[in-house]
Amino acid sequence: MWQTIWLTLQLAALTTLILVVVGVPLAWWLARSRSMWVEPLAALVALPVVLPPTVLGFYLLVAMGPNGPLAPLLQMFGMRTLAFSFEGLVIGSVIYSLPFMVQPVRNAFQLIGDGPLEAAATLRASPLDAFFSVAAPLARGGILSGAILSFAHTVGEFGVVLMIGGNIPGETKVLSITIFDYVETMQWGAAHALSAGMLVFAFVVILATMLIARRTGTPQP
Amino acid sequence: MSVFFWPPATCGFYRRYYCAVALAFSAMASAPVMAAEASVAVAANFTAAAQEIVDLFQTQTSHVVNLSFGSSGQLYAQITQGAPFDILLSADAIRPKQVERDGLAVPDTRFTYAIGKLVLWSAKPGFVDAQGGVLQQGNFTHLAIANPATAPYGAAAIESLKALGLYEQTAPRFVQGESITQTFQFVASGNAQLGFVALSQITDETGGSHWKVPENLYAPILQDAVLLKTGAQNEAAKAFFAFLKSPQAVHIITQHGYATVTGK
Repeated sequence: MWQTIWLTLQLAALTTLILVVVGVPLAWWLARSRSMWVEPLAALVALPVVLPPTVLGFYLLVAMGPNGPLAPLLQMFGMRTLAFSFEGLVIGSVIYSLPFMVQPVRNAFQLIGDGPLEAAATLRASPLDAFFSVAAPLARGGILSGAILSFAHTVGEFGVVLMIGGNIPGETKVLSITIFDYVETMQWGAAHALSAGMLVFAFVVILATMLIARRTGTPQP
Repeated sequence: MSVFFWPPATCGFYRRYYCAVALAFSAMASAPVMAAEASVAVAANFTAAAQEIVDLFQTQTSHVVNLSFGSSGQLYAQITQGAPFDILLSADAIRPKQVERDGLAVPDTRFTYAIGKLVLWSAKPGFVDAQGGVLQQGNFTHLAIANPATAPYGAAAIESLKALGLYEQTAPRFVQGESITQTFQFVASGNAQLGFVALSQITDETGGSHWKVPENLYAPILQDAVLLKTGAQNEAAKAFFAFLKSPQAVHIITQHGYATVTGK
C-alpha cells in the first residue's frame, strides 16, 4: 500500500513540475497574444476537462504503441511502447492535467492587465525581466492554485492510467487503481481506508485553493 | 416522433419543452401495453454472444432485454447495492454463489451457461506458435494477462504458466488488464506482443496468431448464471433465463468459442 501511495505522489509531483515549466509560458502566451490561434489552442488545452478519460486513454494507448505515430521515435531509444511505463503515465498525466494548470494561470495573467507591464517597460525592463519580476510574482496565486489542482488531479487520475498502465506494482499501479482492485476483490475495508484518505485529501486541496484565491484576490478556478 | 419537433401553437415558446414531454407521455399512455422488460448484468467476455442471444430472443418473443456489461466484480458490487438487475451472467462461479449466499438470488436457479477457454494470442501473424513455445523462448517484453485477483481468465493464465513451469521467468513481464476486455486491447493495439485472452474474444479476429492452452493446464472456467430475486416475478426475465438453456442459445454460445455443459 505504501509503495502505491509513494508512486502516486512521485507521479503527481513530476507531472506538476513539468506542468509549471510548460503550462506557465503557455498560459502567458494565451493571456497576452492577439494571434487568431489563441482560442483554438485554448480549446485544445481544455479538451481533457470535457473528454472522458477513457477517450484520452484509448488514443494514448494507440499513439504510444508500436503501430502509433511515436513508434519511430521510441525505437531510437530502444523502446517498443510507452504504455505500461512510468514515463508513459507522466506523459498521459501532463496532457490530462494541462487545463487545470493553464486555466487559473491564464486568468491570473489576464487580471494583471497592461499597466504593470507597461510600467516595467518604461523602466527599461526586458520582456523576460518583466515576466519574472513583475508578471510571475503578481500571478503567483494563480500559479499556486494551478499547481495544487494539477497535483490533486493527477493523484485522482483513474481512467487514463487504467487504459495505459497495465497495473505493474512500483511502476504503474497507482492509488486509484489500487482502490478499484480492492472494490473488485470485495476487500471493502481496505477500499474504505484508502477512499476516506482520498476524500480528506481532496477536501484539503479544494479548501487550500479557495483560501489562496481569497488571499491573493485571483478568481477561483 | 413529430410531437417532439412540432409542438402545437398552444405551447408557448418557453414552455415548448414541457409541452413536448407532456405530449410524448400522453402518446405513450394511449399506446398498447408494452411487453415485459428484463435487465441482465453480463460479464464483459460474454458481450458478443449475449448480444446475439438477445437479438434472437427478441425476434421470437415480444419481450425486451437490456444488457449491462461490466466486470463480474463490479456487477456483483452493484447487485449487493440494490442494482435493478434480473439476471446475472457472471464470468465465474464464485460470485453467483456469493449472490446466493447473500440471499439475493432465486434458490436453485444457478447453472453453468458457458465454459471459457483460454488462448495465448498475438496480433502479429506467426508470433505465437502452435505449441506455445514462444513463452519458453521469451523474446517479448510484455505479456498481457487479466488481473488474476478479479478475472477468472487471469487466474487461469497464472495456473497454466505455473503448470508449464514458466511462471517465475514470465512474471516480471506481466502487464495486467483490469478485465479480460482490457487485456485484449493491450494485445490488439500491439502494446503487448502477446497475452492470455478468452477464445471467445478472438473468434472474429482474422490475422494474428494463437495457441489454445491445453485444458488440462487450468481448472475449467465455469461461467455461471443466476436468476436474481428482482427478476423472480418478471416474465421477460424468466423467459430469457430459460432461453439461455435452449439449443439455439447453446449453439450461439459454442459458436463464440465456449464449451457448454450440455453441448460440449
